[in-house]
Amino acid sequence: MLILTCPYCGVDAEETELAPGGEAHLKRFGPGASDEEFRDYLFARENPKGVHFERWRHAHGCGKWFHAARCTMTLEVFGTYPAQTTKPPKAIREAITAKRPGWTWREFE
Amino acid sequence: MSTRIANQGRLIDRSKPVRFTFNGKSLQGYAGDTLASALLANDQMLVGRSFKYHRPRGIVASGAEEPNALVGLGQGETFEPNQRATTTELFDGLTAQSQNHWPSLEFDIGAVNSAFARFLPGGFYYKTFIHPRAFWKHVYEPFIRQSAGLGKAPKDRDADTYEHFYVFADLVVIGGGVAGLQAAKAAGETGARVLLIEQTAHWGGRAPVDGGEIDGMAPEDWIAQTLDALRAMPNVTLRARCMGSGVYDHGYVLGYERLTDHAPETAGPRHRLWRIRAGQVITATGAIERPLSFAGNDVPGVMLASAMRDYAVNYGVAPGRRVIVVTNNDDAYRTAIALKRAGIDVLRVLDARTSGGGALMEEAKAQGIRIDCGRAIAKVTGGKRVAKVAICAQEGQGAALEEVACDAVAMSGGWSPVVHLWSHCGGKLIWDDAWAMFRPDPARAPTGADGRPFVTAAGAANGELTLGATLADADAAGKAAAKSAGFKPRRIRTPQGSVTDEAPLVPVWLMPRAAKVELRAKAWLDYQNDVKVSDVQLAAREGYESVEHTKRYTTLGMATDQGKLSNINGLATLSEALGEAIPQVGTTTFRPPYTPISFGAIAGEARGAVFQPLRRTPIHDWHEAHGATWEPVGQWRRPYTYPQNGETPHDAVMREVRNTRQAVGMLDASTLGKILVRGPDAGRFLDLLYTNMMSTLKPGKCRYGLMCSENGFLMDDGVVARIDEETFLCHTTTGGAEHIHAHMEEWLQTEWWDWQVYTANVTEQYAQIAVVGPKARAVLEKLGGMDVSKETLPFMAWADGTLGGIGVRLYRISFSGELSYEIAVRAGQGRALWDRLTQAGAEFGMMPYGTEALHIMRAEKGFIMIGDETDGTVIPQDLGLGWAISKKKEDYLGKRAQQRSHMTDPTRWKLVGLETLDGGVLPDGAYAVAEGTNANGQRNVQGRVTSTYQSPTLGRGIAMGLVLHGPDRMGEVLEFPGTDGKISKARIVDPVFYDKDGEKQNV
Amino acid sequence: MSEPISALPGARHDGLARIEEAGLQGMITLRGDLATKPVKAAVAAATGGKTPGLRGVAAGKTGTALWMSPDELLLLCPYDEVAQRLEKVTAALGDAHALAVDVSDARAMFSVSGPAAREVLAKLCPVDLSPQAFAPGVVRRSRMAQVPAAIWMPDAQGFRVICFRSVARYAFDLLGAAAQPGSAVGVY
Repeated sequence: MLILTCPYCGVDAEETELAPGGEAHLKRFGPGASDEEFRDYLFARENPKGVHFERWRHAHGCGKWFHAARCTMTLEVFGTYPAQTTKPPKAIREAITAKRPGWTWREFE
Repeated sequence: MSTRIANQGRLIDRSKPVRFTFNGKSLQGYAGDTLASALLANDQMLVGRSFKYHRPRGIVASGAEEPNALVGLGQGETFEPNQRATTTELFDGLTAQSQNHWPSLEFDIGAVNSAFARFLPGGFYYKTFIHPRAFWKHVYEPFIRQSAGLGKAPKDRDADTYEHFYVFADLVVIGGGVAGLQAAKAAGETGARVLLIEQTAHWGGRAPVDGGEIDGMAPEDWIAQTLDALRAMPNVTLRARCMGSGVYDHGYVLGYERLTDHAPETAGPRHRLWRIRAGQVITATGAIERPLSFAGNDVPGVMLASAMRDYAVNYGVAPGRRVIVVTNNDDAYRTAIALKRAGIDVLRVLDARTSGGGALMEEAKAQGIRIDCGRAIAKVTGGKRVAKVAICAQEGQGAALEEVACDAVAMSGGWSPVVHLWSHCGGKLIWDDAWAMFRPDPARAPTGADGRPFVTAAGAANGELTLGATLADADAAGKAAAKSAGFKPRRIRTPQGSVTDEAPLVPVWLMPRAAKVELRAKAWLDYQNDVKVSDVQLAAREGYESVEHTKRYTTLGMATDQGKLSNINGLATLSEALGEAIPQVGTTTFRPPYTPISFGAIAGEARGAVFQPLRRTPIHDWHEAHGATWEPVGQWRRPYTYPQNGETPHDAVMREVRNTRQAVGMLDASTLGKILVRGPDAGRFLDLLYTNMMSTLKPGKCRYGLMCSENGFLMDDGVVARIDEETFLCHTTTGGAEHIHAHMEEWLQTEWWDWQVYTANVTEQYAQIAVVGPKARAVLEKLGGMDVSKETLPFMAWADGTLGGIGVRLYRISFSGELSYEIAVRAGQGRALWDRLTQAGAEFGMMPYGTEALHIMRAEKGFIMIGDETDGTVIPQDLGLGWAISKKKEDYLGKRAQQRSHMTDPTRWKLVGLETLDGGVLPDGAYAVAEGTNANGQRNVQGRVTSTYQSPTLGRGIAMGLVLHGPDRMGEVLEFPGTDGKISKARIVDPVFYDKDGEKQNV
Repeated sequence: MSEPISALPGARHDGLARIEEAGLQGMITLRGDLATKPVKAAVAAATGGKTPGLRGVAAGKTGTALWMSPDELLLLCPYDEVAQRLEKVTAALGDAHALAVDVSDARAMFSVSGPAAREVLAKLCPVDLSPQAFAPGVVRRSRMAQVPAAIWMPDAQGFRVICFRSVARYAFDLLGAAAQPGSAVGVY
């Protein structure tokens, strides 16, 4: 059972306090988007063995959404950060590089 | 025979006799006994029957690894099956029943299976129950049902209580033997918060039985001294009778504490599940002795050598009077010596090693015990008890050299570290050739959230089997783990345990090495599941190469003991049969729990009244007092109807609808979600959330709105009231309050985070009461306090004011088509307002109505209901709700999705009304059939019923449904076959059955 | 007859800990930028005290402010003064983008007191309730068994627990079960 540190309230929250929200850093496509763009936005998801970026909500806590970077193999958590960003912050990316040199995930590395 | 012996029994108190019953027979033991030791003291060696062949089975072990001695404990509401006699502490009045036999333990009909053993080989079930097909139901299934399952399921509700406990520690030490004690001490000295848990009632593990010295003291004295030191540390918590059940990700550990199993009269919960978060975990779980695989090794009276030593030393019980010891290692000599010391005849030690053992063998020899090296057991004979042993050379096929009469056999095949908890979360193992065992590989430990190892195995669990090595390893483990947890180890002395000069073990996976097939077919690997050496060899011949597949094929290592005794012997047998090395074959996966834990402990407090939260409105007690029948809506309980004077619920619902339509009714609508949305961007935000335009709504007014998911599907609906320029109050469905609030927050936090909008879920701040019907206004006017006229408060307007002296917010909205007011009042005054309304309404014939009347009235009006007309695949366009979808807006959640080809497909089923030809009620969920059949030979369908009711207003059945090209097919008749085979016919009509022009609500 | 009532008026259970429904309690949810002057002024108007920091509890002269999230506080004041305080809060906020709303009736509040109070709550909440980790001055939102709850210690003797009003009975029964005789853990 995972523990993730909520970057808003600083609580090391166990999984029962959290609600998962799927893949992070999706770009919304609305009216005007092509069928392919919209399909990918709604349904195309990464399924990596290794580094992954996810959305979580501290549902039984401060109620805030945040992002977590973790390894799907070892469940190592590289870091958590607020959701108000379109890409993983530099510090998080560097933390991952230190542990998993050469990692890539979607357009990020 | 097995009996109590004098001058032995360090754990029992002979001054305190304890009565108990076994299979109805009253027996006596002593305080401190386990059920197993007490049974043995009463010469009850036979304790059960095996699973497949119903062979007589005796006690084999003395602890958690016991595969045979499973009993049903207690009676009625305290009955529990499959309890190990070896881990059951005896108490006065204990009742136990043996399992897996019929009609009795002594005489069992199923034992004929044993005679047919050669017809029940490995994979028997898979091979046999295939053909002919007709046999499945009447032959195979009854056979399997009768023989499946260990023990009997309890029939009564469990009378005990259970609980959870959340606790956090820097370090958890699992296992309270000398290794666990020393590891906890070493860690505790650093100041770390340490939790030490031990599954039995006793500290110190095997050390007091196995002997030796620690720092010049007897182990028992060292244990007492160390316990004193630990108890004096405020940062250390000790817990006996608390098993480490599982180690999970990120330092999550489950501890299973058995509080009153040994003292059932004690108040309080029976079990407590410790939900522990640990920085570091030390598994000091010891080691388990392995049986030897020889013919007849399952005859009652054949026991693990260490267990026999435990019974003698700990409980003063001699499992036999004339014992043969058989071994491939030095440890069994401790048993020979201990038994001899207790006055038991040790007839022979058969040491499979040609050169025998080391110092312990010499000691045994000095005690006058006969030792035969290079010797083995060819076969044990005896029915319900060992009678004699045929002795042969280990290097041979089993030709008997000699037969010796005896009544017990102590066997030792070496030791296996208990690596379960190390392995639960991914710790890997390495094969140790010297000791022929798997041990934890420290280079591949389980890793935690920070990517670093968080589990350390210590002592025998780490493969350090001798006393000196165990203590040194545990001390190092305690210090290292404390350091990993962020504490500075202190330079304290490592205790010195005595070192015995032991000769190396020689692996013996089959005894004798080249045993003939008839011997192999009686050499048991897994006692509980009746798996023999020959079964595993057969599986290998049939192509099973993976140990995981072999396990499932043969059932080796399954069920309650999960192969604690059989695992290594089984996979060694498999590896020999495959001609591969043991490490290449590998082990099966160790999964939690270590031993079975009670369902009660898992459920914790969640039973009875607090099984799950039940949400009550402020008016709940009134409903209850007035005989409401309930409808669960999410976790809420809402009144379904209020039957009066012996009415059926159906009649009550009919009355409630008629009364509301003709006079006036009142409804507790408090459960509706209410979310406050405020900020300069609130209007813009709601325009994206709802399909229609909310930003143009004027303060003081209400508007009905639809919310779709980004996938286009309708997810919620409700009335939005604009409070002021920047503030909206959004009503949601009862079930929608929490998730719609979460949905709003999600979009605000993760997509439009620069917008200035705050939300607050104020659902429970208000009780909400709907007053509905032609006389609704009269009732409110009677209460007085605010102008409720059409002019001042028209349809779809709201106003703040007072009614009967109570502050309210009054909404002119209607879900019934009648003149209707919804009154929001602070929850603390909800009941007071309800009571006032009841009084004021009496002269107008006002009656409360429940959810079913609400549903009927909305259906009569053709109003959709989320969850009836919608099911996660329906878009507003399907429901004729195009009027509530803004054409002007560039975007709203779901808009792009609704432009997809499948969503604009003209063949999507659309909402219509359905009117039965005979006036009856259509079955809920029934499908309208079409011509022809589909690829699976099923009748084609062209629509389905989404809501269906008896309408008292129209005096007939009415329904709504989704139908292919429905709105274009008015007047057509569809056929709806019911599950009873009866076909109902219904005509497609407009979904608005009542007051099509909406005149009644707008008065 | 129409005086407001709390969720479970007078409910009380004596077990390992004393569980009492705390009666009517004024509560105002305040959302806004907690670092700004108008919000701080609004807090002062409601509680006569400071704006609490991360997970903090700030007791003022006339009330208490509880930190709920980075942009949300729960302001406690006497129940019958809520309307008046809310007016002051709104005035203090002025034109600032914020939300202040009376939620006094939306919730139930319990006091859990006595030497075993920590253990009683530790049976229900996945929170480190040891004295070194949890003391007066901090508030924790978490779950209590199956419902959301906020807990804090007004003093060293006991806890306050806030949950939604509709589950008051569930919460009370839970706390009572956790305080059943014979169930002391003996850790704290």
